Amino acid sequence: MDFKDVDKLAEYRQGARDWVDKHVDPAWAEQQRTSGSYHTPELHALLAEQGWFGAGWPAEYGGTANDPDMAAALIEEIEGAGLHLDGWYTTRMIASTLLRTATEEQKRAYVGGALRGEIVIVLGYSEPDSGSDVAAAKTRSQRDGDEWLINGQKMFTSTAHRATHVFMLTRSNTEVPKHKGLTTFMVPLASPGVEIRPVYTLGGQRTNATFYGDVRVPDAARIGPVDGGWGVMHVALVFERSGSGGGRRSGPTLAERVASWAQQTRRDDGTRVYDDATVKERLARIAIDAEVSRLLGLRTAWISATGGLPGTEGSETKLFSAESAQRQHWDLLDILGAEAVLRREADDAPLTAAVEEAFRRGVVGTIYGGSSEIMREIVAERVLGLPRVRARN
Amino acid sequence: MDLSLSEDQQTLRTAFAEFFDKEATVDRVRAAEPLGFDQDLWAKLAGTGAVAMGLPEEAGGGGATNLDLALVAEQYGRRLAPVPFVECAAAGAILAAADATDLLDGVADGSTLPTLALSPPRDGRLPLVPAGAVAEIVVALDGDRLIALRREPGPRPRPYVAASPNFGSSPLADWSLTDGERIELAAGPRAVQLYQDGVSQWKLLTGAALGGLRASALELGVSYVKARKAFGVIIGSFQAIQHRLADLVVAGDGAQLLVYEAAWARDTGQPEAAALASMAFLFNADTAFRTTRECLQFHGGYGVTLEYDIQLYFRRAKAWPLALGDPKREYQRLADLAYPQSGPVKEDTVKDTGEE
Repeated sequence: MDFKDVDKLAEYRQGARDWVDKHVDPAWAEQQRTSGSYHTPELHALLAEQGWFGAGWPAEYGGTANDPDMAAALIEEIEGAGLHLDGWYTTRMIASTLLRTATEEQKRAYVGGALRGEIVIVLGYSEPDSGSDVAAAKTRSQRDGDEWLINGQKMFTSTAHRATHVFMLTRSNTEVPKHKGLTTFMVPLASPGVEIRPVYTLGGQRTNATFYGDVRVPDAARIGPVDGGWGVMHVALVFERSGSGGGRRSGPTLAERVASWAQQTRRDDGTRVYDDATVKERLARIAIDAEVSRLLGLRTAWISATGGLPGTEGSETKLFSAESAQRQHWDLLDILGAEAVLRREADDAPLTAAVEEAFRRGVVGTIYGGSSEIMREIVAERVLGLPRVRARN
Repeated sequence: MDLSLSEDQQTLRTAFAEFFDKEATVDRVRAAEPLGFDQDLWAKLAGTGAVAMGLPEEAGGGGATNLDLALVAEQYGRRLAPVPFVECAAAGAILAAADATDLLDGVADGSTLPTLALSPPRDGRLPLVPAGAVAEIVVALDGDRLIALRREPGPRPRPYVAASPNFGSSPLADWSLTDGERIELAAGPRAVQLYQDGVSQWKLLTGAALGGLRASALELGVSYVKARKAFGVIIGSFQAIQHRLADLVVAGDGAQLLVYEAAWARDTGQPEAAALASMAFLFNADTAFRTTRECLQFHGGYGVTLEYDIQLYFRRAKAWPLALGDPKREYQRLADLAYPQSGPVKEDTVKDTGEE
């Protein structure tokens, strides 16, 4: 056994830093934070134009000769600068899905367009009445000659207001069991009948509710077979869950920053915050949870790297990291005391409100990408062989 | 990165899984209660070479790595084997590191059983020494002196004294500092260093043993909920049970990885080895107790009967880590290892938070 986590991208780090210094406008991160839109079109266009999105993709669908490792290092460095690339993440997820499920023509059009930055794709799975139970989608798709008519509503269509297409799961057949009556489409967001309304969230991110009234798309926009959408979704969901690949940490962790704050801060009675036994205990528990999360992630990465397909291991990692991250935020807030509630706009927010922001952002962690309850169900069924709780239909 | 066990390590694990399955049956475990020591099993274990496997070869040992020891400790914990494998390994390692080779005579064949005191002496006594009732040698830290107390193996078989009755069925006994011969092994910082390193290994291996205990308890719980019916269905079909079991699986997998990482860190001299051993101990202790408690709960009324085996695991899951004292104090020690303070705090950089 060897637990040394070698940085495969070490030789690219400096180049990536230089790239970010040269091209990234420091104002972008602040714009993302205040607007809650985690997609900066200028940055997206720049990365596409320089060929970084196409790195490692097949040339016939728009792949470029750029080094994929450098592209990965660039993305991590951009994240390190406080920027999100949500538009690219969802686009990449769907482009990867299309590579395995779409027709030749569709691959050339959509994947090529995505890698050139012309197409930005967002996810249209969740609906007002269905989230974890994604196959219960009600948004209707009805055939009309060579076209389809789409009617319904999608929730959490993040980045839709800055995207070109939504990859949508629809109900094409109401006469069959729910998993057998689904069809997926690439729907242009500029189509008549599409309406996008903002939804603001606890973590500061802006997402959307999107409405579809008699939206017409050609049959060529259909991905996969009619009523075969669940098969396409199988592929898409794998990419969604394997997407979270624990980026590299640069600089001290949140807990280390709070520990260092606690070591330098005294309370009214003159005692150091850190010398409070309950503070130490909480910090120690956080360190353990963080190490366990890291190890579970390492195991998932190792299984992939050795040619395996992490299934339940990915669910375990997701469950533990999301749950423990939230516990961490709650404890760190408590340790910071009364001032922990201060937002960045307050001058004296401890650690420039880093914990406060992490706390609000972390709430979604146990919900999206498969809620903790779904992860537990997967572990109970597939690891322990316990019977399925819900009826299969 | 490589998270696989080598072929040798897999063979070792299988061999000891088979050994403890065969020799430490639940009947033997129950028969050894309340003392918690089975002389026959100890002799057989010595016969496999396991008792001295971690000692250097020149001291009659097998030169095994910490990972090897952890793999055996897991199997030992899995069967609740009534022998002080972990204490003997940790105490033996301290004696070897202190060059007290004469005290290691008879360790390999099981005739001399060394253990370690996990608390400092109080009023001239070492309280509740693990395996203290059956050991010939106790290694302890007395102030800044690393000492060994050695009693002559008497004509009577082990135990030498009655164990203090305890719910963990562990052969705990006090030692007086005047019991037997006192041998000073080291003094000053070296003594503290040798002792703390030994305790750190004890934490790692106890973590591994608790990991094995946890895995068995989970198997008991899962097979029970798959068989027991209530309201016309097996209780394992209830979500309230499934989700709790799922959490235990995840924590258990993490706990095992932590043991292996801590063992690797010790074997390869990583700077964070002591912190990882502490983490492996605390997280396995926590997870093992939570697992046994939940699985006992799922047994319903049978969980509290002595007839069902889950209670054997439940009691030990709480008792084994308590040998080190209140785990909360270990969390505090871990904090100091995990968040090293960057030099002395300058008064002028200290600011007031204005809170109570």
